[in-house]
Amino acid sequence: EGLPEALPAHAPYLLIGGGTASFAAARSIRARDPGAKVLIVTDEPDLPYMRPPLSKELWFSDDPAVTDTLRFKQWNGKERSIYFQPPSFYIRPEDLDGAENGGVAVLNNRKVVYMDVRGNKVKLDDDTEISYDKCLIATGGIPRNLQLIERAGEEVMKRTTLFRKIEDFKSLDKVSRNVKSVTIIGGGFLGSELACALGRRSTESGLEVIQMFPEKGNMGKVLPEYLSNWTTEKVKKEGVKVLTEALVKSVTCKDDQLEIKLKDGRVVTTDHIVAAVGLEPNVDLAKSAGLEVDSDFGGYRVNAELQARSNIWVAGDAACFYDIRLGRRRVEHHDHAVVSGRLAGENMTGASKPYWHQSMFWSDLGPDVGYEAIGIVDSSLPTVGVFAKATAKDTPKAATEMSGTGIRSESETEDTAVSPVASDTPSPAAENKDDFGKGVIFYLRDKVVVGIILWNVFNRMPIARKIIKDGEEHADLNEVAKLFNIHED
Amino acid sequence: MSYCREDGKDRIIFVTKEDHDAPSNAELIADDPNDPYEEQGLILPDGGINWNCPCLGGMASGPCGTQFKEAFSCFHYSKEEVKGSECIDKFRSMQECMQRFPELYPQEDDKEDSSQESAPADGSASERDSSPSAVEVSPENPPPTVNPTTS
Repeated sequence: EGLPEALPAHAPYLLIGGGTASFAAARSIRARDPGAKVLIVTDEPDLPYMRPPLSKELWFSDDPAVTDTLRFKQWNGKERSIYFQPPSFYIRPEDLDGAENGGVAVLNNRKVVYMDVRGNKVKLDDDTEISYDKCLIATGGIPRNLQLIERAGEEVMKRTTLFRKIEDFKSLDKVSRNVKSVTIIGGGFLGSELACALGRRSTESGLEVIQMFPEKGNMGKVLPEYLSNWTTEKVKKEGVKVLTEALVKSVTCKDDQLEIKLKDGRVVTTDHIVAAVGLEPNVDLAKSAGLEVDSDFGGYRVNAELQARSNIWVAGDAACFYDIRLGRRRVEHHDHAVVSGRLAGENMTGASKPYWHQSMFWSDLGPDVGYEAIGIVDSSLPTVGVFAKATAKDTPKAATEMSGTGIRSESETEDTAVSPVASDTPSPAAENKDDFGKGVIFYLRDKVVVGIILWNVFNRMPIARKIIKDGEEHADLNEVAKLFNIHED
Repeated sequence: MSYCREDGKDRIIFVTKEDHDAPSNAELIADDPNDPYEEQGLILPDGGINWNCPCLGGMASGPCGTQFKEAFSCFHYSKEEVKGSECIDKFRSMQECMQRFPELYPQEDDKEDSSQESAPADGSASERDSSPSAVEVSPENPPPTVNPTTS
């Protein structure tokens, strides 16, 4: 038996965090610096992986072993793993120093707890010290929880899931097969996607899926009210009992179930809660490193080139950066992690490029609602939506799509037998002639388009990106909408 | 005919196909092909290779990245009558490396399927599958090997 192998004492490129931004940076560094030695340090047990399938594709897989394989079907029909690369792509941390052509090494289950910027080194939770030449902080964040759940005690906490990582997906998958009722608190992307995913499952298993949130409709902070309302109706058709304008007052555990009391008096009884109420960016190293934290958006404050201080860059969810077109912001989407990680990697290898290529994001909520978006998409901004008018020839999309018809009629039956305590306030008489089947929505700030949603129209992102990049005032947005050919497929 | 209504601060316009038939009069700013901020394609303005091009997938960054870069550079700058004919050794070296990682670089017979399913690299496809290895060609389906004897 020889001497135990040592971890590298020095990493030319040290990446803190093992998620999407970090992996994208590693790729970029390796592409640009021949023979680069990159060390990723992560407190997770897993190699870098993609997060979106955890709340989307993995739930729709036909494979009963999906929680083990973690494979899903892509947009182009081909299957792939959520892991960016298989283990053979990486080299062992112990081999990094001696690797003739360099490589990417991942050190799992270790947390960086202290950063000595003056000495260009970090300390891990096992007291190991690693020095670096260039460092990336890509620590992402941790899911927020409702304070009143945190204070509600052990029995409530153990019936509550905060969803972010692979282990959370596995755990929720298991829970959803073993309980009769699950309640999602939160009406944004994650909450709505999980509600729809679980709602689809509920048709076979009889699982009751409830979603509650303070806004008036799903995606209420993103979509203009008319569209948020329309989307909420679609989410309900996925088998979800949606409670809008719901503010939680208390959560208690009674007889092995959870009792959620709302401020308006409504009471919901459920077996398990999924809290999807936002992400707290991880800025644990700010103090020791002497890095600035942004008070408006949270996260580490960095410049347009994603640099915090000399030799330190930040990318992904934890980066509050200066976007030279749209202003200072912090973005929590997958493509942004890829774009910013890649850019950080470029700048760590000598480029000095600002954040310029606008990242995008997307969401699918059932068979009728699929959208892609770019820029600042905030429902408090004035919007102009241009939709394809349904002609006399068109049949309502919902009725013709797939096997959704059967599902919808089932959930309507369920609705009539609902327990009195969980009843919905009746929705205002909707003008059903407005079918927002497909179109494009422009978000304006001082008459300039700062955000665009492509609503059920796809493959048009480049033109949307161009309009945001130009930053021009357009007198007639209907003319701009023409550029998208919304009537074509 | 299009119809339009206001919902508070939000404007909603419904348009028929005919309404959108006439070409748009919206003006877009002409793009500068040499804009240093923009994403570059495979070949840089100075004629060099952009190893960070998403179109290359993980080829330049994986365990055989060095061999790949040497072989491909040799081919790219080759002035021989049969382009790249002086690069055989480098390609052999690259292939030897790739054979050691069949998981990352599927062998010749798998490439038929892979190349059909590779995502377009020009950004025209939806970026929903964006990942450093999926918006481009993923290392699980690498681009067809550059073979110096055919071109």
